[in-house]
Amino acid sequence: MAALPDITDSQTPAVPRVPIVRITALRKSYGDNEVLKGIDLDVMRGEVIALIGKSGSGKSTLLRCINGLEQFQDGSLTVAGKPLLHESAMAMRALRQQVGMIFQSFNLFPHLSVGRNVMLAPTLVKQRTAKEAAEQARVLLARVGLAEKFDAMPDQLSGGQQQRVAIARALAMEPQVLLCDEITSALDPELVGEVLRVVESLADEGMTLLMVTHEMNFARKVADRVIFMHQGRVHEMGAPAEIFGSPRTAELRQFLKSLDD
Amino acid sequence: MVEFTLWDILRNLALALRWTVALSLIAFIGGGLVGGALLCLRLALGRKTGRLIATYVGLFQGTPLLMQLFLAYFGLALLGIEVSAWTAAALALTLYTSAYLVEIWRGCVEAVPRGQWEAARSLAMSFGEQLRHVILPQAMRLAIAPTVGFLVQVIKGTALASVIGFVELTKAGGMIANASFQPFLVFGCVALFYFALCFPVSLIAQHLERKPHGRAA
Repeated sequence: MAALPDITDSQTPAVPRVPIVRITALRKSYGDNEVLKGIDLDVMRGEVIALIGKSGSGKSTLLRCINGLEQFQDGSLTVAGKPLLHESAMAMRALRQQVGMIFQSFNLFPHLSVGRNVMLAPTLVKQRTAKEAAEQARVLLARVGLAEKFDAMPDQLSGGQQQRVAIARALAMEPQVLLCDEITSALDPELVGEVLRVVESLADEGMTLLMVTHEMNFARKVADRVIFMHQGRVHEMGAPAEIFGSPRTAELRQFLKSLDD
Repeated sequence: MVEFTLWDILRNLALALRWTVALSLIAFIGGGLVGGALLCLRLALGRKTGRLIATYVGLFQGTPLLMQLFLAYFGLALLGIEVSAWTAAALALTLYTSAYLVEIWRGCVEAVPRGQWEAARSLAMSFGEQLRHVILPQAMRLAIAPTVGFLVQVIKGTALASVIGFVELTKAGGMIANASFQPFLVFGCVALFYFALCFPVSLIAQHLERKPHGRAA
């Protein structure tokens, strides 16, 4: 899935690879400060994309635009063919059921047990019964290796465990796309691996992943495509081997070099 | 001169205590309801409503409760609206209490980290669901101590309602002290009555605060 053909309008049913996320000429500014200066990006179903770049390059903002946590001023964004409409609460609710998100700071609900963290949204949004939701939560917690923590409170868990619960919580909504916003940046080094292994298993199972990451080795290993963002633009994009092996632009070379220092 | 036994003093103060309790309850319930409603409006409708509410808060926090009671009782009467002392006291205490509570509670909601809203939103919860299941449970825990602290102030503040004719605890104490010439004893008893009212409220708050986070599944 490394080399992607240009997506043209000549998509036919014979070509099953329709983009699940399509971003066209997306612009976003905070006041006078334009942080995204026209982003075009198509993400295929099952694709794993790593967004890299300096802080302030707009990579997190781009990610947050995809599930509507940030509003953009210009351009369009569709998920599974449905356009993102900020003004429609119904449309946003539908979109967010397709797009899960995992945060740098975990953001587990501290007043709810681990199991209830996972169960809350499915019972409210998908109207599951408590029994169904609990069963699903147990399955998902087992999948992230935390089956025995169902009744624990979030503050009794390590950072790595909390982040794995957050992954289970996002998966409980059965999203088509999962956004990961620097999900290992707040973790102690020895806890990074356990979280990345879960993400890798998701990638192997065919989940569409967009991740902002500083773990270059992980990006190299797992991503189908790496996007280097610079000053609010997609500066360079390609297979991990190209991006890390033979960077074309000076900015990317400099960025990669700065990581080695 | 009428002889006042300790029993007489206590009995009369206990009767007057009813008014203090009733006025406090009105202030708690009325202020809590109005304050809660204002908070929801402010959270749901954003900036403009926020400014209106800030003006309301500023108005009632910036003027003495005594003046508010006066205005509610005599002011409305001057405008030709006949109000009973009960209505005036209920009105003034409700507005006064709500102005403080909405501000205390807003602070508590804002103290819940932004990430909690974002996580709830990312899980496709509606605004009401985010508020009810994620934000308010956390904000309420934070709110217990300052809310109770303020309610204890309100209990003591009800003494001001004597200006519009309520013979509540403080006023009754003054009257008995004047008649019995035992001010130290009488006001000591008044203080004990207030303490008996306020201390349990603080105890309940401490208990609520210490309750473990959330419920086990």
